[in-house]
Amino acid sequence: MVTSLLQEFVALTLQHLVLVGMWMLLAAAVAIPLGIVLSRRSGWREWTLGLTNVVQTIPSLALFGFLIPLPFLGGIGPHTAIIALVLYALLPMLRNTVTGITNVDASVRESATALGMTPRERLWQVELPLAAPTILAGIRIATVTTIGTATIAAAIGAGGLGVFIFRGLAAVDSVLLLAGAVPAALMALAADRGLEWVERALSRR
Amino acid sequence: MPLVSFRDVSFGFGRSLTLHHFSLDVEAGETLVLLGRSGSGKTTALKTVNAMLLPTAGEVFVEERATTAWDPIRLRRRIGYVIQDSGLFPHYTVAQNVALVPRLERWRPADINQRVAALLDKVGLPIVEYGSRYPHELSGGQRQRVGVARALAADPPLLLFDEPFGGLDPVTRLELQRQFIGLRGELKKTAIFVTHDVREALFLGTRIALLVNGSIEFFGTRLEFLQAPTPEARAFLECLRPLEV
Repeated sequence: MVTSLLQEFVALTLQHLVLVGMWMLLAAAVAIPLGIVLSRRSGWREWTLGLTNVVQTIPSLALFGFLIPLPFLGGIGPHTAIIALVLYALLPMLRNTVTGITNVDASVRESATALGMTPRERLWQVELPLAAPTILAGIRIATVTTIGTATIAAAIGAGGLGVFIFRGLAAVDSVLLLAGAVPAALMALAADRGLEWVERALSRR
Repeated sequence: MPLVSFRDVSFGFGRSLTLHHFSLDVEAGETLVLLGRSGSGKTTALKTVNAMLLPTAGEVFVEERATTAWDPIRLRRRIGYVIQDSGLFPHYTVAQNVALVPRLERWRPADINQRVAALLDKVGLPIVEYGSRYPHELSGGQRQRVGVARALAADPPLLLFDEPFGGLDPVTRLELQRQFIGLRGELKKTAIFVTHDVREALFLGTRIALLVNGSIEFFGTRLEFLQAPTPEARAFLECLRPLEV
């Protein structure tokens, strides 16, 4: 009994980690390129950031509710949760990518162009390296919040530590509830510290 | 043949016309100063030379080819550029900053190192002491020296200066102006130099073009400028007089 619970705990913790990692990779794969494009086009910037802002304000359970009836995207199961949480993680990454790039000193940008860098050279060698600490700060915020909100994903069958929380709630068993909540909180703290360290290492220069 | 030739260049539309039928030839080897108040169009004129801006009417010719016909990347790598805030890359060391254009041009690493060391030496910042520093570890004057070295790195025939010494204290400014004259004597480069400082214009310019509202009001050597009869030239020369206390 105890060993099977322990096994389940380890499995769910790992699942939680994998899910969060996957969400972050997906969100970053969308947010960073999109942020780069938006940093070039001030016209689209306003409404895209506005839209992601609106998504952020939808409560996560309600967002699951919206997504479940959708064909392809929705339904009960991990992929719905993936989409919902990716949407949540997008905003901080997108915003910080745009801010990081547009905040590069105008004189640095000007001299990069004037000395004959192609737009691609300027992006990879100047803008992205200088924006990296800001982009990473966005990833950090997104990761920490996603580790927390990911527990809700258990409600639609995606698994993770939320399984313990929901089971604890249903059985009015606070030990079970804490077995889900405490590791999730510790995971968030560890991610926060770890990414903060990387961020500082990057901005040291 | 002039190295740079502005031919009836206009820039902007309607009320915001910053250059107005602007024509001017820059001869190889000279330092041509574009003098004028803020908003007179001098920086706009400078930026049409390396295709940072393209004229809305007229053409700018560099080495007898219109800037619209040049590949802008090729053109810019043949033209040095120095601006007021230096525009050094904060994540690059001094040596990496100076090495920028040769690296983009894929010089051999040994050649780049040699070139960077020689240039830093020329601007008085020996590579052993300054090469591995970052821009924020330098004074304003040192940053501008690195900016000049970076502009010279790929040995361009032409250099553009946009108020490069404007943000410096007067003592440092004079040091850099002296260095500019020294380097010019040694390297025989052509330069277009934008400033609003009439003292600087007279000190550095072989010829001076005075801009008012995007047009040239007066154009001549510095000796001619001292005798210039036009109202804006008189207004600028007035700045040379000591204040009556």
